[in-house]
Amino acid sequence: MTQFLQQIVNGLSIGSIYALIALGYTMVYGIIKLINFAHGDIYMVGAFVGFICISTFKMSVLSAILCAMVFCALLGVAVERLAYKPLRNPTKAGLFATALVMGFILIYLVAKATLELDNLWAGVIALVLSLALGFFVYFTITPKGNPNRIAALITAIGVSFFLEYAMMAIMGPNNRSYPATLGGTATLAGVQITFAQILIFIITLALMLILTFIVQKTKIGRAMRAVSTDADAAALMGVNVDRTISITFAIGSSLAGAAGVLVGIYYNTLNPLMGMTYGLKAFIAAVFGGIGIIPGAMLGGFAIGITETMVAGYWSSLFKDAIVYIILIVILILKPSGLLGKNVREKV
Amino acid sequence: MSMLEIKGLSVHYGMIHAVKDLSMQVNAGEIVALIGANGAGKSTLLKTISGLLPKTSGSITTLEQDITHSSPVKIVGLGVIHVPEGRRVFSGLSVLENLQMGAYSKKDKSAIKESLAEVFAHFPILQERLSQDAATLSGGEQQMLAIGRALMAKPKLLLLDEPSMGLAPILVKEIFSIITSIHESGTTVLLVEQNARMALSIADRGYVMETGRLVLQGTGKELAESAQVQKVYLGG
Ligand SMILES: Nc1ncnc2c1ncn2[C@@H]1O[C@H](COP(=O)(O)OP(=O)(O)OP(=O)(O)O)[C@@H](O)[C@H]1O
Ligand SMILES: [Mg+2]
Repeated sequence: MTQFLQQIVNGLSIGSIYALIALGYTMVYGIIKLINFAHGDIYMVGAFVGFICISTFKMSVLSAILCAMVFCALLGVAVERLAYKPLRNPTKAGLFATALVMGFILIYLVAKATLELDNLWAGVIALVLSLALGFFVYFTITPKGNPNRIAALITAIGVSFFLEYAMMAIMGPNNRSYPATLGGTATLAGVQITFAQILIFIITLALMLILTFIVQKTKIGRAMRAVSTDADAAALMGVNVDRTISITFAIGSSLAGAAGVLVGIYYNTLNPLMGMTYGLKAFIAAVFGGIGIIPGAMLGGFAIGITETMVAGYWSSLFKDAIVYIILIVILILKPSGLLGKNVREKV
Repeated sequence: MSMLEIKGLSVHYGMIHAVKDLSMQVNAGEIVALIGANGAGKSTLLKTISGLLPKTSGSITTLEQDITHSSPVKIVGLGVIHVPEGRRVFSGLSVLENLQMGAYSKKDKSAIKESLAEVFAHFPILQERLSQDAATLSGGEQQMLAIGRALMAKPKLLLLDEPSMGLAPILVKEIFSIITSIHESGTTVLLVEQNARMALSIADRGYVMETGRLVLQGTGKELAESAQVQKVYLGG
């Protein structure tokens, strides 16, 4: 029994982190029907911002979380404005600029990392290739009113690579450790709860309550829900759709930023590729609960966290990922729209 | 004074030329009907007025303000409110929240309360359904909600796109009498309709649109009596 409760506590901790990241996936999907592959990397950036705040600037944990949230919110909005918005209202010039800038940075970083070139040569190669890419895009893609989902998805993957390589370039590819900030453990009926876990519960709960309040009770939350059901109709109400989408990115990304710092405190270790594993789990959590549905992401996050720790605790941690996937597949077969998803029946 | 003035307007969807060199005018206080067959370009015209679609050429002004290149937000702010075809109520939002969305551009809380009371006076049924998800309303109730939502924005010019679509005859009558009373309370109306008979019977003036062009215009009575309209739109 004690072991069971212990696994629940551990599962809820890691599940909190999955849930916070999953919320960003689900909110962005809800509003622009894009699976934002770069979201896991925003979370990674949040972990690094927290790391720098705590280790270099000696900030308290709470102010580090706040800093990471603000930084990630701005980063999320920048990604949306620079990479996704030009695809939503495409103009040829916008596509050219996006391909040029994204292409340059990406090719530069890859060239430096793989070919071991110096800055100058990597820059020259990147410039030539990205110009070629820009013109290729300019002459082959004709912007239509209808945004192309696949183009947006590929762009998201590009942004994801970009954030990972950029972080490697800045911080180096190795693991880093958070300085130990929150030692200490409380024991409750034989179950051990670390102070870090308590912090995770409190922060996650607080953020979820604030988010629910914003989405359900405020004017901007109502606008976010309206845009996600019918963006054109919302525009006819005088809603600035682009601004509402930016705010959604800001909120989702700030939650990921908080999750990044929390995971750093919990596991003490971070690296530029951490966004992939956690991002994928959180994405599964979002699908599990019903993508686009906010309570679904919370439920999905906790469910996956608890499943993982249970499998690892009672069986073997080798199987935990496999079991999570199997559960996902079963859910998707039984209820394709996810645990809390409505089976869509379009009203004509 | 002219509430809406369109000059030489052209709109394209890619290669499709949906509105061709169209000019029309709606005076303040009028109710103007725009009739035409499926695919004539009526909805395209309304979406262009409200800023959802880009224009190829031409100009649009409302109350002496040029809105040719304005965003929907700005156009709503000027009091041009569009009730789109097919209602487009926000599912997942309650009836009350839908109405609040209609007042999105408004800041004054007490004025919003007053508008809400006016909407309930026009549509008592909505008051009984306030906390219900808008998606669960019947077709007629959704149409009332769509119009009520537009009234929350205090329209000076109301653009209605086929409000009678898919409704039983008795409901059509009710909707038309509500449109008349909205008009009487001082709102200028541009009414797009398939139901030409009803539309022309309440309209001061009307236009007939065919494949992107206006082909006829006149008072409601003149159009209803014109041989061409009778043959094509009134089934006689
Ligand atoms: N998004 C779009 N992309 C391409 N063509 C379109 C689009 N929307 C409308 N059209 C075309 O533009 C023309 C005018 O369409 P519109 O919807 O304005 O007609 P309508 O007069 O409102 O018809 P209805 O009475 O059936 O509502 C049609 O030929 C239609 O096929
Ligand atoms: Mg139409």
